[in-house]
Amino acid sequence: MSVSRRDFLKLGGAAAGGLLLGTGAPNVASAGGEDPKFLLHKKIGEITTICTYCAVGCGQVVGVQGGKVVNVEGDPDHPINRGTLCSKGAANWQVIYSPERVTQVQYRAPGSDKWETKSWDWTLDRIAQKIKETRDKNFIAKDKDGATVNRVEAIAYMGGAQHTNEEVYTWVKAARALGIVYLEHQARI
Amino acid sequence: MAKAMFIDTSICIGCKGCQVACKEWWNLAPTKTTQVGTYENPLDLNADNYTRIRFNEYEASGKVRWLFLKWGCLQCTNAACVDVCPTAALKKNEIGFVSLERDLCNGCGYCSQACPFNIPRMETINEFTGEAKATKCTFCQDRVTNDLTPACVKTCPSAALGFTDRDKVLATAKTRVENLKQLGYTEARVYGETELGGLGRVYVLTAPASAYGLPEKPEYPALTNLWQNIVQPFGYVAAGLTAAGLALNWFATRRAQLGNVETIKPEK
Amino acid sequence: MTNHIADFANSDVIWVMGGNPAENHPCAFKWVTKAMEKGAKLIVVDPRVTRSASAATLYAPIRSGTNIAFMGGMIKYILENKLYQEEYVREYTNAAFLVNPKFEFNDGLFAGYNPTTKAYDKSTWTYQLDDKGVPKRDLTMSDPQCVLQLMKKHYSRYTIDTVSAITGTPKDLLEQVYKMYSETGKPDKAGAIIYAMGQTQHSVGTQNVESLALVQLLLGNVGVAGGQVAAMRGLHNVQGSTDMAALYHNLPGYLAAPTVRDQSTADYLKRVVPTTSDPKSLNWWKNYSKYIVSQLKAWFGDAATKDNDFAFNWLPKMAAGKDYSHIPLFEAMKAGDIKGFIVIGQNPAVGGPNAGMERDALAKLDWMVVSELWETETAAFWKRPGVKSADIQTEVFLLPAASWVEREGSVTNTGRWVQWRNKAIDPVGDSKPDLWIANQIMNRVRAAYKKDGGAFADPITKLDWNYGDGLPNAHVIAKEINGRATADIKDANGVVQIAAGKQVPAFASLRDDGLTTCGSWIYCGYYTDAGNMAARRDNSDPTGLYLYSGWAWNWPVNRRILYNRASVSPKGEPWDPKRAPLKWNAANATWSGDVVDGGGAPDAIYPFIMNNEGVARLFAAGLAEGPFPEHYEAWESPAQNLLSKQQNNPLAKIWESDSNKRSDASKYPIVGTTYRLSEHMQAGAMSRNLPWLVEVQPAPFVEMSEQLAAEKGIKNGDRVIVENTRGKVEMIAVVTKRIKPFNINGKAVHQVGLIWHWGYEGGSTGDSANSLTPHVGDANTTIPEYKAWLCDVRKV
Repeated sequence: MSVSRRDFLKLGGAAAGGLLLGTGAPNVASAGGEDPKFLLHKKIGEITTICTYCAVGCGQVVGVQGGKVVNVEGDPDHPINRGTLCSKGAANWQVIYSPERVTQVQYRAPGSDKWETKSWDWTLDRIAQKIKETRDKNFIAKDKDGATVNRVEAIAYMGGAQHTNEEVYTWVKAARALGIVYLEHQARI
Repeated sequence: MAKAMFIDTSICIGCKGCQVACKEWWNLAPTKTTQVGTYENPLDLNADNYTRIRFNEYEASGKVRWLFLKWGCLQCTNAACVDVCPTAALKKNEIGFVSLERDLCNGCGYCSQACPFNIPRMETINEFTGEAKATKCTFCQDRVTNDLTPACVKTCPSAALGFTDRDKVLATAKTRVENLKQLGYTEARVYGETELGGLGRVYVLTAPASAYGLPEKPEYPALTNLWQNIVQPFGYVAAGLTAAGLALNWFATRRAQLGNVETIKPEK
Repeated sequence: MTNHIADFANSDVIWVMGGNPAENHPCAFKWVTKAMEKGAKLIVVDPRVTRSASAATLYAPIRSGTNIAFMGGMIKYILENKLYQEEYVREYTNAAFLVNPKFEFNDGLFAGYNPTTKAYDKSTWTYQLDDKGVPKRDLTMSDPQCVLQLMKKHYSRYTIDTVSAITGTPKDLLEQVYKMYSETGKPDKAGAIIYAMGQTQHSVGTQNVESLALVQLLLGNVGVAGGQVAAMRGLHNVQGSTDMAALYHNLPGYLAAPTVRDQSTADYLKRVVPTTSDPKSLNWWKNYSKYIVSQLKAWFGDAATKDNDFAFNWLPKMAAGKDYSHIPLFEAMKAGDIKGFIVIGQNPAVGGPNAGMERDALAKLDWMVVSELWETETAAFWKRPGVKSADIQTEVFLLPAASWVEREGSVTNTGRWVQWRNKAIDPVGDSKPDLWIANQIMNRVRAAYKKDGGAFADPITKLDWNYGDGLPNAHVIAKEINGRATADIKDANGVVQIAAGKQVPAFASLRDDGLTTCGSWIYCGYYTDAGNMAARRDNSDPTGLYLYSGWAWNWPVNRRILYNRASVSPKGEPWDPKRAPLKWNAANATWSGDVVDGGGAPDAIYPFIMNNEGVARLFAAGLAEGPFPEHYEAWESPAQNLLSKQQNNPLAKIWESDSNKRSDASKYPIVGTTYRLSEHMQAGAMSRNLPWLVEVQPAPFVEMSEQLAAEKGIKNGDRVIVENTRGKVEMIAVVTKRIKPFNINGKAVHQVGLIWHWGYEGGSTGDSANSLTPHVGDANTTIPEYKAWLCDVRKV
């Protein structure tokens, strides 16, 4: 059964208008003969985003309470998904607070069998140093025929489909400026 | 006006969006599952899973079909669970679902035993005292009483689920069945229109109910009236009465029989 | 996609082949359902009854790796029964073009094959030209040298009997599919073909897709509402990352990456810009110079000047003909040629082909930077089961990245809609947005080069990289991608059209004199002075064709249906007035509806403006292994090629070595393929770390028929081993009626399907199906042949 256009706009209007904001109060129960009244137990949300799984690009609304995301569900105004989400999109909230998520810089020294937590500053300095060292040592200005090539084959870059357009553009710009030609991502495979 | 959930199994793609959306809305804990040779998981409802898709393979006239059945509380009109609940934690709401007020639940488990579909499950909320509370799908009672659709309906990617006035749902279901018959699904039928006074979930099936693991004719448990009219008013103190003892014994037997409902699995 | 997702609702017949949208794109499937509510039919062709097939009007099984045979039969059926849309084919494709008389095809090989170099001399894959240099046409399409007749001859060999013997599809089902889909060849009918990696991940992947395009062109199903070649892409921004060219062979906007042959922009443009002598061919790529120069201006700013050829030589140039794609990248890594590796949001240790070999290759690196939300198998390769960490000298940095709600920016869906994401919360813990990470690293590299110098420092030190010290503003970068005027741009009368510093409104205003910048020309228009078009939220649908033109922004120029000019006849009349994305209003000489491809009156130009012929190619000389798709067996196949002596694609890219041996059918007789689950994501990090998703699909499995299970003594739910020359995996058997053995030329052939999401890290672990897949690539793209290989199965 499809939600009529009127219905989903109404839902969307409600989301934007804040009607769907939960109170956080416990459900109020009436022990008498009347039907009990139930309050929304959490906020549905009004910040819009796009799902982080497949390339259908479904709209989501994100509910934030006290600096934490409490709910992620489909954006009813989105013309493609019209409020719906598949199992992955519906589980998306767990990405943020998964116990498996890495939230500190981890470093593995050569030959080591464990991660160590490091500071961003130390790590970024060292990465920049590694990039420069490797590039300087392996830069190919001209090929064996003397033609200008200005490339580095000793550094490879991979990734991009989990980025925003602005991020992938920025990384590609940086990688090409460094002379990287082994530049690939998920679209190839 | 009573509403109902429309479940068109001919459109359902078994993606389990409904299962996960339910868990997200209610923030239900993950349970440990195992792969036993099926796309289906969890293999049964439990205190942390109010809804799930049942997968069945069905071969007829040389064609293999994969049937998906969204499962969970059917919100019966003649709801045995409501009738046996000694604390009125379960009530039939005028919107068409059986509400559950957990604050009122005393954990007796009679609802679980009376249900002809083996739906309500008991959640232990205190390991030391053994205190338990009933759990089940309430059509997301906080959502539907605030003009929203249940989380599963809202999320359904293929629009196989709907939630609206029951008469509209029935009309849509009947039209759909006629269309399916014209498309060659000769066994298409509506399930839930009259069963147990009318179910809050109205299914469009494309194969016999048994192919989905559904009982052809779900029955209101015979002794529930006795329980409701004689035993329930006495509350706990009546538990020693012979009638109550008989009734409990009956429920226990009944439950064992009903255990099969969830485990009919043509998929092997 | 040539159209977009909601457009499925406009289709009369939807054909899913090499994809499984109900499984992998569930929220797109509602538009298939919507079409079916309106009476549309759904055809699913797949090795097994999938979730999509469960909803199909017609299902037909097919052995993996035989798509071209299936489609070749379809092309023969369309041509011999004259079911093609004649005027469309004649006017809008090269069907009427006359081909060089020396062009030929003989026993699996086209003219010009050199067995030593394994390459084609394509000098005969050309058109006959008139004295003006315009291709000659026979508008009756009866000349034996015209494309349509050559095509008819080529596919005459694809008889129902032969196709059925190759594909294993029963003959009656083949005919039913051909008949049902050919109905869309009528001008007022539209059909969509939905595909995904089931078409592309083969050694003939590009030709598989080409065969779909040929069918769609013959039936007039390109450029019209409800008709499309629908590539269902897998990741939320894989379209955007392709557009932005995180691929070795491209620069943003599908500009070619320079090779050593391109010593100047002049060399480069000479190599890459197509030409035409036909005045009715718009040949849009004639604007190439504007796009590359504007891009160089966006990257190198004021340092890119006319005098230094806009710093063209600051771009790296590849060795001519060298393949730097995923497979050779890992081969080079294994050979020790790659020392440093930056991996962001990708997990090749699970997702790469021949994953065991690729994991071994990582150990050859000096250092590796991984930016991730998770400790992926790639990040943790040095402590995977079976290796000694002490033996692995790779230095590894695992950077905690911000999730999708912790940063903002745009992402592009498979229908090319560029949509803006808003930030909801600050990054959790010490995690950081990738823009911040990129900026921090580059700021440090730039500072080091400025301070100490180093190899060819100019492109680094003079890079236009002024994003501040902290988190770069995504809106600023979006504006850079869109492009701006570097100085006042005036018309012939000296009137300022775009003032200095203002955003360029659309790519038609881009220039090759340095007056404009533009990071990616196809995105020009998405962030203008009118604002952030990607954030638009008008979901109204005034055309009733589900275009939603006011929602977000569609590249290019907010065009919702590519090649939409082909939806009207040369006279400007819609093929289907009830379903016309474009209307030509002769009275005031304007188009209404979607944004028209090219401008002017209907007959002023040909509709396929990106091809230098101006029409679509049924004969496509640009492809590596032939201008027509031809069936070859997969590198590993249980069957002999019944159509020619050429067993495999003669140009397939094969890296045969000790770590990539061919599995022989005598020992490994079962066809293996891989696929995904609705409940999991790609290489698994984004789903195996989510307890709710692990709960609904807890482990990898292998699907097989009841017949194969019986032969092997396997019961449903048993643990089984699947193995071949590259590796072995242990998984649960799902024994199902949904897969049946294939009758291949009289012999029973079994196929199994493996779920590939799992690996040894994260919240749920299991064996990786890609331990079995080969380092074999398509001849045009080097996409790995994940979808058809050989194996054997046994009970543990």
